[in-house]
Amino acid sequence: MSSGPLLQVRDLKVHFPVRGGLLGRVRGAVKAVDGVGFDVVRGETLGLVGESGCGKSTLGRALLRLVEPTAGSIRFDGQELTGQSQRRLRPLRRRMQLVFQDPYASLNPRMTVREILGEPFAIHGLARERGEREREVSALVDAMGLPREALERYPHEFSGGQRQRIGIARAIALRPDLVVADEPISALDVSIQAQIVNLLVDLQRERGLTYVFIAHDLKIVEYVSTRVAVMYLGRIVELAPAAELYRRPRHPYTQALLSSVPVPDPGRARTRLLVPGEPPSPLNPPSGCAFHPRCPHVMERCRRESPPLYPLGGGHTAACFLVEGDSREVTAAPASGGDAGVLAQPPSPG
Amino acid sequence: MTAAVQRPDAERPLLDVRGLTAELSLEEGPVRAVDGVSFSVPPGGTLGVVGESGCGKSLTALSVLGLAPNPPVRVVGGEVLFQGRDLLKLPEAELRRLRGHHAAMVFQEPMTSLNPVFTVGEQIAEGVRLHLGASRAKARERAVEMLRQVGIPAPEERVDAYPHQLSGGMRQRVMIAMALACDPALLIADEPTTALDVTIQAQILDLLKRLQAERGMAVMLITHDLGVVAESCDTVVVMYAGRVVERAPVRELFSRPAHPYTAGLLRSIPSLQVATGEGGAASQRRLRAIPGMVPSLRRLPSGCAFRDRCDRALEICARVVPPLEPKRDGQLAACHNPVPVP
Ligand SMILES: Nc1ncnc2c1ncn2[C@@H]1O[C@H](COP(=O)(O)OP(=O)(O)OP(=O)(O)O)[C@@H](O)[C@H]1O
Ligand SMILES: Nc1ncnc2c1ncn2[C@@H]1O[C@H](COP(=O)(O)OP(=O)(O)OP(=O)(O)O)[C@@H](O)[C@H]1O
Ligand code: SF4
Ligand code: SF4
Ligand SMILES: [Mg+2]
Ligand SMILES: [Mg+2]
Repeated sequence: MSSGPLLQVRDLKVHFPVRGGLLGRVRGAVKAVDGVGFDVVRGETLGLVGESGCGKSTLGRALLRLVEPTAGSIRFDGQELTGQSQRRLRPLRRRMQLVFQDPYASLNPRMTVREILGEPFAIHGLARERGEREREVSALVDAMGLPREALERYPHEFSGGQRQRIGIARAIALRPDLVVADEPISALDVSIQAQIVNLLVDLQRERGLTYVFIAHDLKIVEYVSTRVAVMYLGRIVELAPAAELYRRPRHPYTQALLSSVPVPDPGRARTRLLVPGEPPSPLNPPSGCAFHPRCPHVMERCRRESPPLYPLGGGHTAACFLVEGDSREVTAAPASGGDAGVLAQPPSPG
Repeated sequence: MTAAVQRPDAERPLLDVRGLTAELSLEEGPVRAVDGVSFSVPPGGTLGVVGESGCGKSLTALSVLGLAPNPPVRVVGGEVLFQGRDLLKLPEAELRRLRGHHAAMVFQEPMTSLNPVFTVGEQIAEGVRLHLGASRAKARERAVEMLRQVGIPAPEERVDAYPHQLSGGMRQRVMIAMALACDPALLIADEPTTALDVTIQAQILDLLKRLQAERGMAVMLITHDLGVVAESCDTVVVMYAGRVVERAPVRELFSRPAHPYTAGLLRSIPSLQVATGEGGAASQRRLRAIPGMVPSLRRLPSGCAFRDRCDRALEICARVVPPLEPKRDGQLAACHNPVPVP
């Protein structure tokens, strides 16, 4: 393994053609991911948050080349992933894994849990000896808080949360370097969430795992993440160390998102300030800053120009004209110290 | 849509489940996955069902509407009274008619219940045509309207999308749209907001509240999200290993849980305030999980099923199954040594 970031993403785009009419002609595109750039440092957890439909799952899948990027570059441990044949990617597959958002759809209904968890070892010719594979597989179900008898059962025999844990177990089976976890715990009750999160944190500490952690639960994301990226309509609008982002969110969207966190207290009336307005359609995105129709601070300029990600020092970047001035101060000052691989990559306009 | 609201006197529950018991047949023999579960939901009311993964929430919901897969699940006892009729005794054909129309279900995993070869619009419209006798055009209009109500951007375009072209949260909302399209009197929603961010979640909860206020729709809401419970439920049922271990009005449940399991559940909620300000990632802190794991239904401990994880266990807990009984005002718990009022 070379040094440097484990994952380097540059100007990544994933566009899905929209067809319509009788002939099924391409009428336009859903720009699910539209010019995203960031690094993921070894051993860190990068949290990825944003509204439903903003492109989190598509980005997560593109990172592992499970969906074909339209443009851009992804380097995993120094090796370019885009443009490679699936065969050439195969040796890397073992080192990068995905926990799917929809566990049921991703588990083969005709295989028992033992087979599901044993399969990755078989595919990659690992733990060939029977006893050894058996030990590995048993350790996995133990770690997930599932009984050993689960090994003999089929996916449909489990509850939703149990299936989700089987998906996680499969992803970590081969001790990958990178795990992209797409809403890995949102189907679980709080107590088991806690158990799984603790386990993921332990695995990270023991094996130096790196996570990209996609979730809509901002509390959990803060808890697990080293840094957090906020997505809006296919782009990253803010990225910062977790504590910094939660304490000093700079983008109006992030601010609205954070003030929307519900409090589990039935006595209290809802005080949340929800993000106002309608989520935009990726089929017909707003001009300029995509957040402008919903932004309380919108300026004339925001309707025309798309703001780049401005560096704000300490690894904090935000794509909003309001922080442009602060950014100038920061960049004018001499090197602002170790930016943990964050780059202020401006998304290329439209 | 049928505007005539059939609202029986508010006292009478719309759904009254009594002693529902369902067995799972496993190789080793039958086990009780749902064991004597009772609750009721009045018109316009919301019942929350919470409990650890695998405790039988989905099987309870599925059994209520006769949807549990048989085999291996078989309802062996109890009554499910809905609009005065026992659904457990209803012929399958009648049950099917009732399900698409008066009682609707949102399933836990959208991809298992959406058909990949039809557009989401076709799937929503199908029920509308079948149950409300709407024309093709009207049904499509209704589908667009429902997609708009659940907050899907550009519904006129999305109505023609196939399930795989939508994001996880959108698919979940399509399920909700489908369930609500025929104006059901009862909605059973199994984890309907797991894939949704707080803003959209709030929009969905508001939509449900409006339908409840306007039309007296009753809701049974299965969720592990205690924030959602706090915000939208009147009464909460807490399940553990197939049984109801606590049933209480929502305020009491949060302010003075009686069952040790409920208390443990409330302690596991991570709070933003606590986490903020401590700086940085989680590495030094740990979330508080309830120790141990849910027992296997095949090997339930004698007496109270929670006892090997309970810090209040007494000697009697190993011998006698605690019955669900009133502990204090409006609050029932199945526990020999309930948590005292703080
Ligand atoms: N078809 C089946 N065959 C065998 N066992 C099953 C089947 N369906 C469910 N079970 C078992 O019955 C128990 C209850 O399952 P259920 O799906 O009701 O749980 P749940 O409370 O909804 O959990 P979750 O919160 O994870 O969705 C679980 O232990 C599960 O493994
Ligand atoms: N195969 C596809 N074909 C066409 N459009 C697609 C496809 N997959 C995703 N999309 C669209 O891309 C956008 C982003 O979807 P994605 O699943 O990445 O969102 P997400 O952020 O993961 O949302 P959620 O939180 O709801 O899971 C959505 O508008 C979705 O409809
Ligand atoms: S660039 Fe303008 S519209 Fe966009 S978030 Fe900043 S102030 Fe609001
Ligand atoms: S009955 Fe006993 S073991 Fe069970 S929850 Fe109450 S105190 Fe604990
Ligand atoms: Mg997603
Ligand atoms: Mg369930």
